[in-house]
Amino acid sequence: MSDSIDLLQEARDGNRRSLSKLLTLVEEGNPSPVERGTGLSLGITGPPGVGKSSLIGKMIDVWVDRGESVAVLAVDPSSPRSGGALLGDRMRMTNADSSDLVFIITLETRKHPGGLMDCLTPMVDILSECSWENIVIETVGAGQSEIRVVAFADRILLVDGPDRGDIIQAEKAGIMELADLIVINKSDLPEAERAAKAVKSGLSVGEDETTPDVLLVSAHSGEGIEEMVDALANTTTSPDRERLRVRERLISAWDSTLLTSNELENTLQELEKGSITLQEAVDCIRKEG
Amino acid sequence: MRIVVAKPGLDGHDRGAKVIARALRDGGHEVIYTGLRRTPEEIVRIVIDEDAAAVGLSSLSGAHSVLIPRVCDGLRDAEINDVIVFAGGIIPEHDRQSLYDVGVRAIFGPGTTSTEILEFLSTLDERSESGEPVGVGEEAGWHW
Repeated sequence: MSDSIDLLQEARDGNRRSLSKLLTLVEEGNPSPVERGTGLSLGITGPPGVGKSSLIGKMIDVWVDRGESVAVLAVDPSSPRSGGALLGDRMRMTNADSSDLVFIITLETRKHPGGLMDCLTPMVDILSECSWENIVIETVGAGQSEIRVVAFADRILLVDGPDRGDIIQAEKAGIMELADLIVINKSDLPEAERAAKAVKSGLSVGEDETTPDVLLVSAHSGEGIEEMVDALANTTTSPDRERLRVRERLISAWDSTLLTSNELENTLQELEKGSITLQEAVDCIRKEG
Repeated sequence: MRIVVAKPGLDGHDRGAKVIARALRDGGHEVIYTGLRRTPEEIVRIVIDEDAAAVGLSSLSGAHSVLIPRVCDGLRDAEINDVIVFAGGIIPEHDRQSLYDVGVRAIFGPGTTSTEILEFLSTLDERSESGEPVGVGEEAGWHW
């Protein structure tokens, strides 16, 4: 703990190495020296290949031009087979590596059998404590566990592409309901406008003042990025969405309890042998927890 | 191990770097690939921000004798002495000693098997556990 207090002090004074060391400590499950829940974050998610990382690269440029600092926690899935990971998000945010106002760290999901939730919140808190103004969590919105990661953010931006197929994936995954703002990236492509209309019409059933806006942007040309950054700053989340997020966070905490339970391995073996029923297995783990 | 795989300079060929990145991943390592055309300063910053334990530099363009020492110097200037630097690509035999002298711990040329690189990494683990120098700012002399 004393280590992490020293590191925090140095990180506050602008030492990047101390900051990254401290974040690693917290990621590995050590207690954070910062009070929990003090930082605010922006979650950015969307189907694979819609240009999230490129878009974040452009958003970084806008923030840096305005003199604001930005820290990105890029969450990357890892190979379930080897346990290794190939993390390539950074390569799309290339302008970022030369400014003191930008800090990017890549996280892999593998190291966290119970999900990233246990470390993500304290990491955001630490970054906020060290005066990083914009804190972004990036995840691939391709599965339930990734949605749960993004549900830990205070505001959520959903990025989509011009192919109608992409948004269907997002709908299936249940991300649409959580988003405070939706953008269709690749607005330089001809289908983008139609995709934006389709998303709008999908949302407008039962539209009220809490329905998120849909904007067109292009990470390629930079079109619409400033407007998007401004829109994000002015977005407030609705109670409905907040409730859905709290729900995802609870499920995430529940999963984490299950997956880190001491009884998990035993219970799996018993189930495999057929010596207990699923209900008995659930009861057993609940008792242990 | 958390490893940055980087392409310094204007060299536009990264098939090799990507193959290495995959081999390391399949060996159970966490690999952060930087993409093409990064400056030595950017690479140093990425190593710091990502809290990496090692950095692999791939160079095919002939600029290795300029760019690789700059990364090593940059790491030492930032007092990142424990990070391991290794290199790969087209690096002729007669250029290698000067790179070892600036802190590079291994150079892998064409024909290297991925098993060999993984062996190098596990040797590093053994060496650092027994307190022997492996980092870029630690005593030079030993290399793979």
